[in-house]
Amino acid sequence: MLLIYCPHCLEHREEEEFSYGGEAHIARPLAPESLTDEEWGDYLFFRKNPRGIHHEMWYHGVGCRRYFNATRNTLTYEILETYVVGTQPQITGADA
Amino acid sequence: MSQINRLPTCGRTDPSQTIKFIFNGKTYQGVAGDTLASALLANGVNVVGRSFKYSRPRGIVGHGMEEPNGIIQLGSGAATVPNLKVTQVELYEGLEASSVNGWPNVNFDLMGIIGLFGRLMPPGFYYKTFMYPQKLWMTYEHFIRKAAGLGKTPVEADPDTYEKINQHCDVLVVGAGPAGLVAALEAGLSGARVIIADEQSEFGGSLLASNELIDGSSASDWVTSINSQLESLSNVQRLRRSTVFGYYDHNFLTILERRTDHLGLKAVSGPRQCMHRVRAKQVVLATGAFERPLVFAHNDIPGVMQASSVSTYINRFGVAPGRKLVLATNNDNAYRTALDWHRAGRDVVAVVDSRSSPSGELVELVRGLGIQIFDGCGVIEAKGSKRVRSALVAPLNSEGTKVVGAVQSLACDLIASSGGWSAVIHLSSHTGAKPVWDEKIVSFRPGESKQQERSAGACKGTFGLSDGLLEGATAGAEAAQRAGFGDGVVQRPLPAVDEVVEQPQQTLFLVPHTKPTSRAPSQFVDFQLDVSAAGIELAVLEGFESVEHVKRYTALGFGTDQGKLGNINGMAILANALGQSISATGTTIFRPSYTPTTFGAIAGRDIKDLFDPERYTAAHRWHVEQGAAFEDVGQWKRPWYFPQGNETMHQAVNRECLAVRNSVGILDASTLGKIDIQGPDAAEFITRMYTNSYLKLAPGKCRYGVMLKEDGMIFDDGVCACLADNHYLMFTTTGGAAGVLAWLELWQQTEWPELHVYFTSVTDHWATATVTGPNARKVVAKVCSDIDLSADNFGFMDWRNGTVAGVSARVFRISFTGELSYEINVSANYGRHVWEKLIEAGAEFDITPYGTESMHVLRAEKGFIIVGQDTDGSMTPADMNMDWVVGKNKAFSFIGKRSLQRSDSVRENRKQLVGLKTLNPTSVLPEGSQIVNDPTQAIPMAMQGHVTSSYYSANMGYSIALAVVKGGLNRMGDTVHCPAADGSVIAAEIVSSVFYDPKGERQNV
Ligand SMILES: [Zn+2]
Repeated sequence: MLLIYCPHCLEHREEEEFSYGGEAHIARPLAPESLTDEEWGDYLFFRKNPRGIHHEMWYHGVGCRRYFNATRNTLTYEILETYVVGTQPQITGADA
Repeated sequence: MSQINRLPTCGRTDPSQTIKFIFNGKTYQGVAGDTLASALLANGVNVVGRSFKYSRPRGIVGHGMEEPNGIIQLGSGAATVPNLKVTQVELYEGLEASSVNGWPNVNFDLMGIIGLFGRLMPPGFYYKTFMYPQKLWMTYEHFIRKAAGLGKTPVEADPDTYEKINQHCDVLVVGAGPAGLVAALEAGLSGARVIIADEQSEFGGSLLASNELIDGSSASDWVTSINSQLESLSNVQRLRRSTVFGYYDHNFLTILERRTDHLGLKAVSGPRQCMHRVRAKQVVLATGAFERPLVFAHNDIPGVMQASSVSTYINRFGVAPGRKLVLATNNDNAYRTALDWHRAGRDVVAVVDSRSSPSGELVELVRGLGIQIFDGCGVIEAKGSKRVRSALVAPLNSEGTKVVGAVQSLACDLIASSGGWSAVIHLSSHTGAKPVWDEKIVSFRPGESKQQERSAGACKGTFGLSDGLLEGATAGAEAAQRAGFGDGVVQRPLPAVDEVVEQPQQTLFLVPHTKPTSRAPSQFVDFQLDVSAAGIELAVLEGFESVEHVKRYTALGFGTDQGKLGNINGMAILANALGQSISATGTTIFRPSYTPTTFGAIAGRDIKDLFDPERYTAAHRWHVEQGAAFEDVGQWKRPWYFPQGNETMHQAVNRECLAVRNSVGILDASTLGKIDIQGPDAAEFITRMYTNSYLKLAPGKCRYGVMLKEDGMIFDDGVCACLADNHYLMFTTTGGAAGVLAWLELWQQTEWPELHVYFTSVTDHWATATVTGPNARKVVAKVCSDIDLSADNFGFMDWRNGTVAGVSARVFRISFTGELSYEINVSANYGRHVWEKLIEAGAEFDITPYGTESMHVLRAEKGFIIVGQDTDGSMTPADMNMDWVVGKNKAFSFIGKRSLQRSDSVRENRKQLVGLKTLNPTSVLPEGSQIVNDPTQAIPMAMQGHVTSSYYSANMGYSIALAVVKGGLNRMGDTVHCPAADGSVIAAEIVSSVFYDPKGERQNV
């Protein structure tokens, strides 16, 4: 059970209040119609699955109802930082 | 013959309070302070169970949670508890227990005969013998379970209550032995909020059975004093009978507190057990160590015990479990047991020490008492059947790997063995820390952890008392400092302990026999599951190398004791067989739970009505009063149908459906999701989310929309109404409401924060009554005078503000039945009032309340889909024959649009929504039926699709169904077949999915 710091509520809260939102920093293509099926498929389906540092979205559904980003070590489950959408992480892994 | 083994010294028991109890049908007497184990030993009960595989008689081996043999069923009836350890059950008046293993009983056991054929049941026996043929497994399983008797689960509901407590603390100390006690005291003195938990009935750990002196007084006096110091600190919470059974991420730990189990049959109130869910800033693990038995031939005969357990029974319980002791050891520490036994006035036959010329302080004390010491020797075999009769002793080589001299027999009835100590690293291992093997202490140590924790004392491999106290105090002070309290310096002077100097132990796990391991009498490693040294060696011969595989193949460590005694010995024997070191062989990762945990405690109060919230609509009581049958839709309780008299569901639904089409019906539609959307960019945002456009939707107008996921598949649908400029009300499906809101928030917050738009869930604010049918206008007109209800001024897909039954209302002309419909929304507080007024007004038209089942039938007659029933996350609007809802010319590429052009979305032969009309008009297709073209084709048949919705339609006079069929829209008129599991086949014709009023004229009047 993770203890997650919500950068909007400015508090640590139990994992039960949050839900996972998948990989962060994936921008929606501005002109989807101009993409090939393969390019669109990359956006749609392909995700990193790193062993270690991962930037991901979390949703404080039973709290402030806001999405934010977290940098989490997928090996140790340590959450190294949380930061608001639209900003960049301070901690990055080898392949970031 | 009562309590033949009770000593005049009573330890911590109170002999003045006798307690009667029943074990395996016989009545015995114990005393207050006994465990069931100490009471049984006091009464000279040798056999307490039978082993799992060979059904060999087994006696008590240990004194705590490591006990593998004394596994019992406590009580009977609803409150019976299976698989408890006799060593952990505190005795109470009237206690009734029986062995879980043993058929028909522990002393005469049919399965014991199988024991004679032990060699026919090698490791992997279950895999090899019982796995094939697979269909016989059920037969085998029944036999194995009956034979092994793994305890009985009560069949009645648990009469006890359980509780859960969420707690936070600065420092959690696990274990209240010497290290844990001083750690808690140091942390507590710093002002930190401390929880200290220990699984035993009283704090003190090993000191409860120790006769060491601390600060010049007895260990038990010292425990009393430190306990009262802890008690005086209001910031320290002390939890006895409380097992910390799991250590999870981010310093979250779970504690099972047994509150009333020890009170037995006395009338008690309050929860039986309580699970503490603790988030600790810092953790000190002081979980101690287990003594490791030596493995020798027939070491499972009752009367072979752990040396430390023998001492514990003498010192803590005043029980000497036998008469004549042979002590087998490879270390100095175990000599304490010889001293204790001698002090108890019993006969120490000999100490058998695998080391040559031991001369430590304790050894010399024993020698000084004139007790014979066989040095450089091992107990290679125990003799006896239901009790040890003698020990076979032989000289060993200096490595302890071979018998090098003549064997002699020592008559005795008790063999206490000690192979050294294993640190209890389980909780540390739960954190993901990999245990490290330490050759010097012959034990694993806790590995490096990512959590905020540290180990102290024996569980860290520090086995001496004064070193353990120092480590505990330091750990407590440090943990407090890391949590923000104190300066990390130990405050109390450490107590003085007269430490004896011990000589090193010998690394010895398996005592050799005169015969090779494969031919020697069984040398048991895991008592509960009958895993022997020979079995582990055989597994290696068969090619197993990984400790995880060997464990599963031999079942080592898979009993209810989870191999607490056997695992390290098993791994050492495996390493030896593989010709490699223990560290190269690895360790097994321990996972929660540390000990078996009651499901009731995990569930707590979250059972029955409190398992999940129930949501009621404002008119719920009315529905109940009318005798409605209810259906669960998510957490909502929705009326399913309203039976009258003795009507069946089928009859009620037919009546309700006919009433709607012929006069008027009324549905409680309050559960539909409602999201209030406001902001200058609301229309733009909504248009990006739906497939069609809302940019030109004027106030007073409604539009039906479909929402896709970005992969182009239908995700939700519903009507969206323009309430005012920049103000919309979005309806969602009942089950989809929460998901749709989160979906809107996701896109607004993460992708388009520049759009000014705000969402509020208003589902519960409104009560909705849908009045539908040809007479709907006449009914509404009777209770609403300020809305012009004429078709010209209030048309289909319009909405109006007004007053209904005296209550301010929003009335929507939207329809899920295809009939003239008014969805009347009022503040939920007036929901029942308005509902009743509508019923009253409709009486002259025979207004008929209907439930979700009729709602489903009526919409299916119209071919209206239900997202999640007719779609399954792989259906595009085109698949649903709903291309008309996709705005092809919208400026913005709405969510999912690009995916509608993916090669897979536009391929031929996708499954498409069609209607099915069964050739036999009364046979109703089962929903989910698979559709094939040729029912005589050999299996596997070519699947064409499946039935998504299917009902008998009283309005049509025949059975109707919706289905998705490959290329179905081009197959109108074809006959397809639905084979059922029983071999029958229903044939149906592919028809339009709109059965009733195909032109949609009835809703537009
Ligand atoms: Zn928040």
